[in-house]
Amino acid sequence: MAVGKEIKSKIGSVKNTQKITKAMEMVAASKMRKAQDRQAAATPYAERIRRTIGHLAQANPDYKHPFLMERPVKRVGIIVVSTDRGLCGGLNINMFRKALGEYRSAKDAGAEVDLMIVGSKGMSFFKRIGGNIVSEITGLGDTPHLDQLIGPVKVLLDKYRDGELDKVVLIHNRFVNTMTQSPVVEQLLPVVPVKDEGLLDNWDYIYEPSAEDLLDGILMRYVEAQVYGAVAENVACEMAARMIAMKSASDNAGQIIEDLQLEYNKARQAAITQELAEIVGGAAAV
Amino acid sequence: MELNVDIVSAEGEIYSGMADMVFASAEMGEVGIAPRHAPLLTRLKAGEVRVKHGGDEQSFFVSGGVLEVQPYQVTVMADTAARAADLDEAAALEAKKRAEEAIAQQHSDVDLALAQAELAEAAARLHLLQKLKSKR
Repeated sequence: MAVGKEIKSKIGSVKNTQKITKAMEMVAASKMRKAQDRQAAATPYAERIRRTIGHLAQANPDYKHPFLMERPVKRVGIIVVSTDRGLCGGLNINMFRKALGEYRSAKDAGAEVDLMIVGSKGMSFFKRIGGNIVSEITGLGDTPHLDQLIGPVKVLLDKYRDGELDKVVLIHNRFVNTMTQSPVVEQLLPVVPVKDEGLLDNWDYIYEPSAEDLLDGILMRYVEAQVYGAVAENVACEMAARMIAMKSASDNAGQIIEDLQLEYNKARQAAITQELAEIVGGAAAV
Repeated sequence: MELNVDIVSAEGEIYSGMADMVFASAEMGEVGIAPRHAPLLTRLKAGEVRVKHGGDEQSFFVSGGVLEVQPYQVTVMADTAARAADLDEAAALEAKKRAEEAIAQQHSDVDLALAQAELAEAAARLHLLQKLKSKR
């Protein structure tokens, strides 16, 4: 029967799409678990290094490293962590909105903005709005490594050390749970040390080699660890968002298939009824 | 009295536990740390970190990092990659160059989509032409 051939082929194509979205959903779900493990593995280092910085700030409050000093803000560095690939719902867009808010408020306060972008989605967005991108890293994949981030972060650190930047913030997605990821803004530089109450006052480290050298290295590693943690968390967010997006896409495809099937059945029924009517009409005429 | 030892790297925890003595190759030479050691902060060279607890001894390789000693707490913050000033510098330059190139390249996602649409159209035209030719 020629009736509903178009509808049939439409159903076929929607079914194919549904297969793909279902497969993507399952892939994202399994990758999400791994990404969460990687994110969790990154936290002890960041915690330990934060504690050490706290100790350092307590041990010699007189010495001030530039990374610890507040300065009037004339130029801000913003690190934006986005994904490389799309099909992950509103994850990137929500984060860009937050980043843009931060960008605008910095500009309104009379400060210039330098950008460091992670992920190609962020690259194309900030290129379009004409931001001053000073360093970038794309194509990190599902298993980012710290050493890939050292170079891009160093560009900003050097600028800060030279007094070109007065503040560096990090904008990334926080993994709240599988359903919710929310963009957050964190201040990286100047570093705000946390106090360890368990320590006595009036003591100092033995430094090998010099205190400045060590502090510099530690603060640098701290910032890198923060960025790495954000990137690892962003991968978990990406997978969760993709899983949810693909799940709703699969559900929608199912709904469309149902509707099309109904339409097809109706068309078929109509054709049969018409044929019957014609036969009956023909018989009556004879 | 025992030491609390944490060996961590940015990409994961390597060891966490108690120890009687910890040995590490600091930049100024090998150090051995027993409980109630004076607070010490030092850079580590690439080498071994040995943790002695009871009779047994465990050893870990680190490619560098920072060692922090508090009287009952030893923290090794290990690097995941070999670090050197010139290596870092080269990576930074590369990141800068990539950003400049990306900005200079004017094709964005939109242009790419446009090009793909044009390509599809051209391919369809070609297909039609070939069809017409073969009919003749």
